[in-house]
Amino acid sequence: MPCTVTMTVNGKTVSREVEERTLLVTFLRDHLSLTGTHVGCDTSQCGACVVHVDGRSVKSCTTLAVQANGASVTTIEGLAAADGTLHPMQAAFREHHGLQCGFCTPGMVMSAVDLVRNNPTPTEHDIRDGLEGNICRCTGYHNIVKAVQAGAEAMNSPSAKAAAE
Amino acid sequence: MANPNGVGASVRRLEDPRFLTGRGNYTDDFKRPNMTHLVHVRSPYPHALVKGIDASAALAAPGVVAVLTGADMEADKVGSLPCGWQIHSKDGSPMKEPGHFPLARGRVRYVGDAVAVVIAETKDQARDAAELVVVDYEELPAVTASTRAVTAEAPQVHDEAPGNLCYDWHLGDKAAVDAAFAQAAHVATIDLVNNRLVPNAMEPRAALGEYDPSNGEYTLTTTSQNPHVIRLLMGAFVLGIPEHKLRVVAPDVGGGFGSKIFHYGEEAVVTWAAKKIGRPVKWTADRSESFLTDAHGRDHVSHAEMAMDQDGHFLALRVSTLANLGAYLSTFAPSIPTYLYATLLAGQYKTPAIYAEVKAVFTNTAPVDAYRGAGRPEACYLIERLVDIAAGVAGLDRAEIRRRNFVPASAMPYQTPVALQYDSGDFAKNLDIALPLVDYDGFAARKAASKAKGKLRGIGFSTYIEACGIAPSNVAGALGARAGLYECAEVRFHPTGSVTVFTGSHSHGQGHETTFAQLVAERFGVPIENVEIVHGDTSKIPFGMGTYGSRSLAVGGSALVKAMDKVERKAKKIAAHMLEAAETDIEVKDGRFTVAGTDKSLGIGDIALQAYVPHNFPLDELEPGLDEQAFYDPKNFTYPNGCHVCEVEIDPETGVTQVVAFSAVDDFGNVINPLIVEGQVHGGIVQGIGQALLENCVYDDESGQLLTGSFMDYCMPRADDVPSFTVRYHEDQPCTHNPLGVKGCGEAGTIGASAATMNAVVDALSAFGVTHLDMPATPEKVWRAIQNATPALAAE
Ligand code: FES
Ligand code: FES
Repeated sequence: MPCTVTMTVNGKTVSREVEERTLLVTFLRDHLSLTGTHVGCDTSQCGACVVHVDGRSVKSCTTLAVQANGASVTTIEGLAAADGTLHPMQAAFREHHGLQCGFCTPGMVMSAVDLVRNNPTPTEHDIRDGLEGNICRCTGYHNIVKAVQAGAEAMNSPSAKAAAE
Repeated sequence: MANPNGVGASVRRLEDPRFLTGRGNYTDDFKRPNMTHLVHVRSPYPHALVKGIDASAALAAPGVVAVLTGADMEADKVGSLPCGWQIHSKDGSPMKEPGHFPLARGRVRYVGDAVAVVIAETKDQARDAAELVVVDYEELPAVTASTRAVTAEAPQVHDEAPGNLCYDWHLGDKAAVDAAFAQAAHVATIDLVNNRLVPNAMEPRAALGEYDPSNGEYTLTTTSQNPHVIRLLMGAFVLGIPEHKLRVVAPDVGGGFGSKIFHYGEEAVVTWAAKKIGRPVKWTADRSESFLTDAHGRDHVSHAEMAMDQDGHFLALRVSTLANLGAYLSTFAPSIPTYLYATLLAGQYKTPAIYAEVKAVFTNTAPVDAYRGAGRPEACYLIERLVDIAAGVAGLDRAEIRRRNFVPASAMPYQTPVALQYDSGDFAKNLDIALPLVDYDGFAARKAASKAKGKLRGIGFSTYIEACGIAPSNVAGALGARAGLYECAEVRFHPTGSVTVFTGSHSHGQGHETTFAQLVAERFGVPIENVEIVHGDTSKIPFGMGTYGSRSLAVGGSALVKAMDKVERKAKKIAAHMLEAAETDIEVKDGRFTVAGTDKSLGIGDIALQAYVPHNFPLDELEPGLDEQAFYDPKNFTYPNGCHVCEVEIDPETGVTQVVAFSAVDDFGNVINPLIVEGQVHGGIVQGIGQALLENCVYDDESGQLLTGSFMDYCMPRADDVPSFTVRYHEDQPCTHNPLGVKGCGEAGTIGASAATMNAVVDALSAFGVTHLDMPATPEKVWRAIQNATPALAAE
């Protein structure tokens, strides 16, 4: 049975008729053409699909679109500022070479942002522990850890905090 | 002043902004008007006859456009997937090369073998309908383990390969080895398994086929590391489409690690089906499908012996290996356990005589082919484990036995007894840098401190060498390659001085859009943002062999240098004309063309403009334009080498191994972008540690089922499984035979790391009398090894 879902995605209200079984990731990728959110597995293990739903990181491959009905969803496409300035976490990933093929990157960045929001000054151990649900096959995590540390510092700077309000 | 974005600078990657903002373009991201979705019906049995396929219910399901089978492909005269490398057995006979069809014809040979495809309006509809396809299978006995496949009672995977043998190959001087063993004071022996792995690039494979009836052109968009190779193999051998009617695009590709080199049946299926149904057809693998059908890696079972003299000098090495090739020959499968493996068995050592035998067998498993390192990790692991055992036998320190046997830098170029000629390398220097870096002298104290906490500590070395930049085409051809292995580049200056480079190398994470642009920025002094690197599209790039075997910079970068040489030569002539000077008086530096001894000079931008607006141009001598193309065929392999040192701590109560430190000292020749090189090493190391401690692809030999078919069962390294690393490189030993002096860095981490890690694990367990453990050293395996230790040792 088709049903209508309405949500705010990256600040815009969208409404689509979808099958009930439609996953949030399918809704984003296929119905909204927001292909920055990726699918890396079918067992909810890899984190390539992580988006924010009402400010919390969620695996969109394991969420039905209807579960996000009425919610506010942020995807990787919505993370940078409107003028294109990268979010401090995105900038830190670039600065520290925290990505190679880029496939895990959207999920990794979205998870990292949520991690820092919950723990503004994470240690290396906290970061490794907190990103345990995101698999990266390319980087060996070394530079991701560095990027998240730097991204956390940048997110904590007064200017970044003001921008995030 | 050196160009801030030139050679040697850690330029931040130019490709990153699109990936960081979700604007990468991966194959599954593409949508076409009227596009359909394809789902495969795959065999649940490892070996069976297909007696019939009833698609009627599927065809009646909502949204279904077509159900196609192997019989439909056969009727359309679709060919077998070709194998790109031919090996000959000891007796001179060619390897067995059974048919390998995109959709099975009458018999399936591994779990996941494709039987039919369902094409529907949506992926969910195709998936639903695929469940409705009724296939009548008659199960046959199956075999998945190579060791059983060679037994007399084993089920036969292919009628044309008796005993499941693909080939029985050898390399080296058996008589010299036998003679050396007869003289040996010490012999070290090892039996080991190089565990089967699943590459698991994070982007699952995908393919999108299109057909344009207005001009008869096909387009395949695919997750490939080498689109021209796919065009050649699929066009010429499978579908019979000439190159000018077939475009293959490999857009952003989410990692490959070898698994996306090969031509897979799904690529042919979507391309063929697109014409058949008259609509674009897209297939994207689910991860479960990737586990079942991506070419796997490794899967060797080996026995090796090292003969030594009284002082621990290596006299001879004897190796025999059984390699599992899976159910069919994947594109480069036969070359991996032969010319990319046995040729590396000299390692860094001057072992004078080596003999290797390799039997390669078919089994009812997914095809096995190149996975990061491809043959070289297997060689390195075998040698480096054996050298550790040899140290014990000869009573030498493990660093010392290596040093004693290194090929000295003064012996370069060095001809090994197994075909390769190393051009450069200073192996002792790598070790000299590594030992203080890891505080080798302080290890005993660290071990004691661990012991005080109830932990076991071990340290392990791996002094690896590998062969990259494959390869001189004539040499590769003589060894069985059915393709050339050059690379192509085109450098196109535009009228206003910006540059587009077309390269046959393909980037799927390696950062070519940055590194290659650095080469151009350095050479011509153009701002790096004015350089665009185009790769991955047969309609734009003249030709290309793609990216694998750490060849992009060594071969593709060298082609780029050759093309830039040509541009510079022409630009010099134009400059001479414009400056009214003799060509011989023009000096070129950083893209400025100056009349010697004067201040008269032109930038490359001025020259490019004149080349396209040739009003003051030597038209009778030169053609207008500034656009040059070059092919580069390598003169030799390159030989990256280094010393990896791993330190582990093991909890004897749980068997859990923790990597507490890992250091890599590498010689990659010259380095263009240190940031990118270090990133390649980090990623490689984790794949090596993954093999050593976590990853294992397991088939149940009884049922033929893949037991590790998801990320829940196959243990991928995660952020909390590994530490941060110490990575150093030196540039004292540039490659002597390519213009950049580069050796390649893409696979080294993986090649060195598994041996270093296992040597550390075994060292930690040596107090319990353990001399070897097969990978992966899971907590259970380590715990059992401790429990099984002789009580006297365990009590210590
Ligand atoms: S795609 Fe969602 S966890 Fe892998
Ligand atoms: S950058 Fe390729 S998987 Fe993480």
